[in-house]
Amino acid sequence: MKSMDTETRRVGGAVKSMTLEKRNCGSAAQCGKAMALAFVVLLLFLVTSFAQQIGTLTTQQGAMPARGTYAIRNARIVTLTGPDIENGTVVIRDGKIDAVGVSINVPAGAQTIEGRGLTVYPGMMDAATSLGLVEVGQGANGTVDTSETGELNPNAKAIIAVNQHSAHVAVTRVDGITHAVTLPLGGLISGQAAIINLVGTTPMEMAVVPYAALVINYPRLGGRRGDFGPEQPAQDITAALAADERQLDQIRKLLRDAEAYGRAQDAYAKDSTLPRPDRNIVLESLVPYVRGERPVIMRADREAELRGAIKFAEEMKLKPILLGGDDAWKITGLLKEKNVPVILTGILSLPLREDDAYDTLYENAAKLQQAGVRFCISTGDAGAEVRSLPFYAGMAAAFGLPKDEALKAVTLYPAQIMNVADRLGSIEKGKTANLVVTDGDLLEVRTHVRYLFIDGRRVPLTSRHTELNDAFKNRK
Amino acid sequence: MGKRKIVAHILLLSLISAGLLSPTALAQQPRPENPSETLIRNATVLTITHGTLLNTDVLLRKGKIAAIGRDLTAPANARVIDATGKYLMPGIVDCHSHSMLDTVNEGTLAVTSMVRTRDVLDPTDVDLYRELAGGVTTLNLLHGSANPIGGLNTVVKIKYGRPIEEFLFPGAMPGIKFALGENVKRSSNPNLPGVTRRYPYTRMGVEEVIRDSFTRARDYKKSWDEYNAAVKRGEKNLLPPRRDLQLEPLVEVLEGKRYVHAHSYRADEIMMLINIANEFGFKVKTFQHVLEGYKVAKEIAQHGAGGSTFADSWAYKIEAYDAIPYNTAIMARAGIVTSVNSDSDERARRLNLEAAKAMRYGDLSEEEALKLITINPAIQLGIQERVGSIEVGKDADLAIWNGHPFSVYARVSTTFIDGDIFFDREKDLAARAELTKERAQLEQAEPNRPSAGGRPPQAPRGRRPSHDDDDVEQGERP
Repeated sequence: MKSMDTETRRVGGAVKSMTLEKRNCGSAAQCGKAMALAFVVLLLFLVTSFAQQIGTLTTQQGAMPARGTYAIRNARIVTLTGPDIENGTVVIRDGKIDAVGVSINVPAGAQTIEGRGLTVYPGMMDAATSLGLVEVGQGANGTVDTSETGELNPNAKAIIAVNQHSAHVAVTRVDGITHAVTLPLGGLISGQAAIINLVGTTPMEMAVVPYAALVINYPRLGGRRGDFGPEQPAQDITAALAADERQLDQIRKLLRDAEAYGRAQDAYAKDSTLPRPDRNIVLESLVPYVRGERPVIMRADREAELRGAIKFAEEMKLKPILLGGDDAWKITGLLKEKNVPVILTGILSLPLREDDAYDTLYENAAKLQQAGVRFCISTGDAGAEVRSLPFYAGMAAAFGLPKDEALKAVTLYPAQIMNVADRLGSIEKGKTANLVVTDGDLLEVRTHVRYLFIDGRRVPLTSRHTELNDAFKNRK
Repeated sequence: MGKRKIVAHILLLSLISAGLLSPTALAQQPRPENPSETLIRNATVLTITHGTLLNTDVLLRKGKIAAIGRDLTAPANARVIDATGKYLMPGIVDCHSHSMLDTVNEGTLAVTSMVRTRDVLDPTDVDLYRELAGGVTTLNLLHGSANPIGGLNTVVKIKYGRPIEEFLFPGAMPGIKFALGENVKRSSNPNLPGVTRRYPYTRMGVEEVIRDSFTRARDYKKSWDEYNAAVKRGEKNLLPPRRDLQLEPLVEVLEGKRYVHAHSYRADEIMMLINIANEFGFKVKTFQHVLEGYKVAKEIAQHGAGGSTFADSWAYKIEAYDAIPYNTAIMARAGIVTSVNSDSDERARRLNLEAAKAMRYGDLSEEEALKLITINPAIQLGIQERVGSIEVGKDADLAIWNGHPFSVYARVSTTFIDGDIFFDREKDLAARAELTKERAQLEQAEPNRPSAGGRPPQAPRGRRPSHDDDDVEQGERP
């Protein structure tokens, strides 16, 4: 089912029926009719293939467009790290932003894009998806690679399983999301997340940072309710707390083992007369994380979980990023004090508690921003709905988050939190050319994306959805 | 739900015993102040049926829209709201909801037309309030999608805080839920050895079940018609046919007195139901979800059915893999009365943005897109004479927005139903300090303090269950 090219499929089918018709025609009249039909079909085929050549290179198969030299002129440019440029030029070359400003010389041979009335934004980044790891959730297990079996899987790497040809990839990017974190979901230690560009023919062509963060599900009182799982039987609080503590101990023990493993390997590297420690790929994968060299994403929503996760990270000397953060507004002081960033995924969720104010989660981001807490906004979606990222940020802006902060919350801030702001998240000379050109405010529903660049490649604005639309919209 | 209520009762009792509230004080709690007349001044009015009116006043009187114009005057005791810079639009009509249902599916039989959502309504469901805060005033409460022929619907106005009787939408057309495809086949149920699966198990069986039901309904109707004719002729000693609560609603469908709202995804199953309906001589009022409606828009339009769809949900299961966000625009352009629904307590809070997606995907005009959540769903429920547009004489079910409702930056200031205010952001904000205080008091109340030696309290569960029949979410979320 994955990556079907409707256009091709339709044309292919028509060609096949044409040959059948020819073989079966009995009388001359029938033959003439068949010939006429064949001609029409052939014409259709030519028109379609011609159209594909000029406008719609087939995107679903994941063929990567080439890098080029482009100049977007006379556009409004929202740089984010500098002031907005009302009428300027952006030059893209060799995958990078080559120049940005008011009076920029367009290099010879550059393809120019007239940007009058359009706005250039940095591409959006969703910092918590499972893009490429799941195609169809319900009832299609064969297309789900989010959750490895067992509780402790630090060496399960999302980048290994990312299906770069997933229809979700093109569907997401044509709405202006150019890169994303894709992360595994299962167990206590789920595995390692990757940062990917939403274009590429192989996983490594997509990878911005293949092993970007470790993902830990901080134990949750009463367990985590899957959307379809049966409701957990009620536990008394003492038993539930003890169960959580046991789970935490499992994680603690593995992290300590990894610490010791790293020390033993280092010692042996310096002094080969020491007994040679066996290599262990599971522990080895954890070493950069227990040493604080790479961040650990810890999923936590309720206040107690958030506090617990911060304390645990401190105890184990981890570099934490909190994921979820529905109750983050309750502990802004602590988050600020410990300088712990939060990836908010619940903006459009129903509030946790019945007596929460109706806008508790809408205004969560505004409260973090006012308190000076580092945060970004994510859909937290497995893949299909990641394209709605701008509307999550927009809703936060409707409830108190300044508009420019809302924009940064889906561009610059996720890049900063995931340690790739040197390459992504704003329009600056030298950064990766992940750009979106729109006919309006990037976060507004009614806005259309007009041009899309990822890694300096001009990406066609087609997807499984546009192709199905094209195939059926004119059916009479 | 039951447990939550018990807890609430315990809290209430504790308050009473602590002397914080007396039972009489509770009974005498004043209703929110709602004068019989309200003048909304100087708004941008999205009438839906007569375009957008700038700097316009709207007068509400006794629950109806009494006047629309400039420089309207109101009596001295009227409530006057200055809506300068704000937008007034009709209350949103959600054509597919399971809010306030204590239970959604009677899933044991393939045909459950004898059960009624009316019997399981919980007017205290807090998500109703959250929907009001999204400008929604009317819900089509549907039975779930577990059966080819499901239970009966209820159309309500969200009169949160009022007795259940006041919720029922007067004069709304009765309806019934049908469903096709994977949910009916129970495709997600495990196939256990030794366990007989419920019939039907394929789309072939679904067709057969519906055909069988209407064949029986036709016979049943005939029995009654013959009986009634005999009574009319004055024949004596007649034995009336035995009443059949399962077939009665289907007879009403055959007689055009009850609307069919049919959950559907794929083009083939949509065509199947159209063919059966044509054969038995009834109309499908709406195809719900109708994700592949865009493939057979011509046929749906010919049949005269409406389409009530998601704005953009897709790929959550195989039969939803061909869903595209352009569906809404394609169906609307084909002449189908099209609406965008929520099927979710969460999504219902932002149907304004869901409708706007038809402008992003498919370039529907603003005028057409606004209809998707107002007059079109009203037509689909047979309440278009009462709600769905701002016209003199219609019910005063309205919402004031602080920006254009299609802007992601807009939010609702005030929501009216029958001229009374059921949500007001300023009042909501003003009440929060008091509520926080009350919560603290409740937490200190005797039954809520951990007691030494007693049974420890229960661990909190996950997120409170919300009503989402169609399980659009992926199984797990990052």
